[in-house]
Amino acid sequence: MPQESNVLILGIGNLLWADEGFGVRAVEELHRRYSFPENVVLMDGGTQGIYLVQHVRDADILIVFDAVDYGLPPGTMKRVEGDEVPKFLGAKKISLHQTGFQEVLAMAEMMGEPPEELLLIGVQPVELDDFGGSLRPDVEAQISPAIDIALEYLARFGIHASEREAPLPQSGTIACPVLTRERYENERPSAEQACRSGDERLLRDANWHPPSDFERDMETLLAGDRAERG
Amino acid sequence: MAILQTPNGFTLDNSGKRVVVDPVTRIEGHMRCEVNVDQNNIIRNAVSTGTMWRGLEVILKGRDPRDAWAFVQRICGVCTGTHALTSVRAVEDALNIDIPENANSIRNIMQLSLQVHDHIVHFYHLHALDWVNPVNALKADPKATSELQQSVSPSHPKSSPGYFRDVQTRIRKFVESGQLGPFKNGYWTNPAYLLPPEADLMAVTHYLEALDFQKEIMTVRTIFGGKDTHPNWLVGGVPCAINMDGDMAAGAPINMERLNYVRSITERALVFCKNVYLPDVLAIGGFYKGWLYGGGLSSQAVLAYGDIPDRANDYSASNLMMPQGAIINGKLDEVHEVDVRDPEQIQEFVPHSWYKYSDDRAGLHPWDGVTEANYELGPNLVGTRTNIQQIDESARYSWIKAPRWRGHAMEVGPLARYIVGYAQGHEYFTDQINSLLRSLDVPVEALFSTLGRTAARGLEAVWAAEQQLYFLDKLVATIKAGDSSTANTTYFDPATWPKDVKGVGFTEAPRGALGHWIKIKDTRIDNYQCVVPTTWNGSPRDNEGNIGPFEASLMNTFMEVPEEPVEILRTLHSFDPCLACSTHVMSEDGEELADVKVR
Repeated sequence: MPQESNVLILGIGNLLWADEGFGVRAVEELHRRYSFPENVVLMDGGTQGIYLVQHVRDADILIVFDAVDYGLPPGTMKRVEGDEVPKFLGAKKISLHQTGFQEVLAMAEMMGEPPEELLLIGVQPVELDDFGGSLRPDVEAQISPAIDIALEYLARFGIHASEREAPLPQSGTIACPVLTRERYENERPSAEQACRSGDERLLRDANWHPPSDFERDMETLLAGDRAERG
Repeated sequence: MAILQTPNGFTLDNSGKRVVVDPVTRIEGHMRCEVNVDQNNIIRNAVSTGTMWRGLEVILKGRDPRDAWAFVQRICGVCTGTHALTSVRAVEDALNIDIPENANSIRNIMQLSLQVHDHIVHFYHLHALDWVNPVNALKADPKATSELQQSVSPSHPKSSPGYFRDVQTRIRKFVESGQLGPFKNGYWTNPAYLLPPEADLMAVTHYLEALDFQKEIMTVRTIFGGKDTHPNWLVGGVPCAINMDGDMAAGAPINMERLNYVRSITERALVFCKNVYLPDVLAIGGFYKGWLYGGGLSSQAVLAYGDIPDRANDYSASNLMMPQGAIINGKLDEVHEVDVRDPEQIQEFVPHSWYKYSDDRAGLHPWDGVTEANYELGPNLVGTRTNIQQIDESARYSWIKAPRWRGHAMEVGPLARYIVGYAQGHEYFTDQINSLLRSLDVPVEALFSTLGRTAARGLEAVWAAEQQLYFLDKLVATIKAGDSSTANTTYFDPATWPKDVKGVGFTEAPRGALGHWIKIKDTRIDNYQCVVPTTWNGSPRDNEGNIGPFEASLMNTFMEVPEEPVEILRTLHSFDPCLACSTHVMSEDGEELADVKVR
């Protein structure tokens, strides 16, 4: 592939829900540490759906950082390439990008312009249910290896990043200047000030109690299912 | 229960078959809907549940108010800008900060541009497939489609038989590859789809054209917001400088060349709305004008906060170009004034929501709002706490609170805005509505329907694009007169702030009235409450048993096949629901395919 290929490196996910912020934090960090030739675009895709279709269409090579539920142990990083990617993005949608990213890829394909090369670098989240929280250490630790994977992948196509002499300051972020990690983490109010718990069906924290009689609940459920099947 | 009469005029009967749709697809966020249908497949009871807890308020507590916009714009992937705008307005209101005229014009251009963008994307990519059958489009005759296109919109250049044949081939390839993509999960054999194949092909072709065109509209917000895909905002103005003779380098100030670029995009958006979007609404509407379900509360109770201040810093109704007002009890000859500060007007109730107040029967004005979870289920629930088969609507059943205006459940959104404008005798809106009714040959009552909601959005897209041009002219005129200021930073330093203040910001988001109420104490956010459009529209029942707009709109609708909820999706989508901000993003749901159960 010629050097002029358009490359898009996209971080997706929601910064506000702990490990869901992995994609954006990874691309932010990549930008702080490396500079790229002009044909490479780094982008904080957030939870934008259809609005990203155009950028995907413009890309010949697409690298996506995201928190992905692979069903693997928390903190595990996994790379997936090419046609396999949509399967993983759609397998279990943990990020609520209003149009699943799988659909964004399908739309690009329908327009006749899917990326020729596609790499998904995903990390199995440790924690999502922490509103206003940041990356957990196990997920944060995968940012550097994730960046290495991306750089190595690009090198295959003869595209090389240059390491900056010193990383850009946090204020030089390509993501949101107000939500840079330092500020986001340091200015977070305490749990006493601002309750961090949520829907107990999902949180399984101290506020959540298991069903009082699990066996009976299951029996009721199965009975319902049997009745349904007639 | 069996039969219940609601104070807002509906007869609920839950004795028939129960149909459960969870999640409702093609919306932002997560929502569940349950209805009962009688032996004739007519919906006699409707229950809408926001299935995610909302934690926005608790995230913002203790943060710097000048940063709030950045958090609220991450809540949702659709109306990022409109939340940011509402937030900076709330902070400016609290701290008495006036913004320069140019900042007002630029904010209006961004907000109007979002309206145009969101309406186009909603109609084609989130809603069209409720009316249009892409699989049926494969049967169309490209030549007849070309004739249809030319009769529907003579000025649209893309209308040759060859063009439609190409698109058809493209769709066929896509469908045959088995990966339907955005077209999967449809009920493509359902008799509720009424379009002939040629109209289906025309609409699907425009689905692709719109997907292609929408990318350009986005650039307007990037130019002023300085950044793709999340623009920057600023308390006190806008974060972009103006230097009309400056160059086009990245990050450079706004110059004449950029403004001309914005103008050309806006003009093309207007042409797209006039030559493609609106003609499609009319063409599709023509085939469905016998299907006038879904009116719900629109003929009874509608609410608009108003937006798009003509002059900066004046948020009174007479200065707002989008109408402000409330209509209750179906009295269109009486439009009430709306005051978002009045504790008696807007109140949120929680008797059927998973929240608790110290007095659960009380209604709280958002300045005094409380967000405390209370996940508690009714005795008639079928299933378990973690796996609900059938919700019990006699008890708590939604993560959405029930906002009321002077005790009334109110519909918000483009249709509500147009009804208020029409009732006020606003000339532009009235002309648009009359012309729409004439073209479709339907009486004014037809407006109060799912189709009316969808049509109002199309009319508004045209209006919004035209107003964008007005503000571009205004911006250029102000700059030429020597005023190039874009921000007022006088009170940006927290040391200058009073110890204890409160403020409110409101806008009309694409999907309806949006308000943020803020309390600032010792320079930090003490309380932050958002009442978003889908809180109004998706509201559960209240103390008196009034049902909300989603629920009301589904009532008495005939379903062709209860197992295939085309009609339910059609009507719910017409509101452009956005559950991500009305509830919280926390579902662990795996399936995109709507799970429909009939019990």
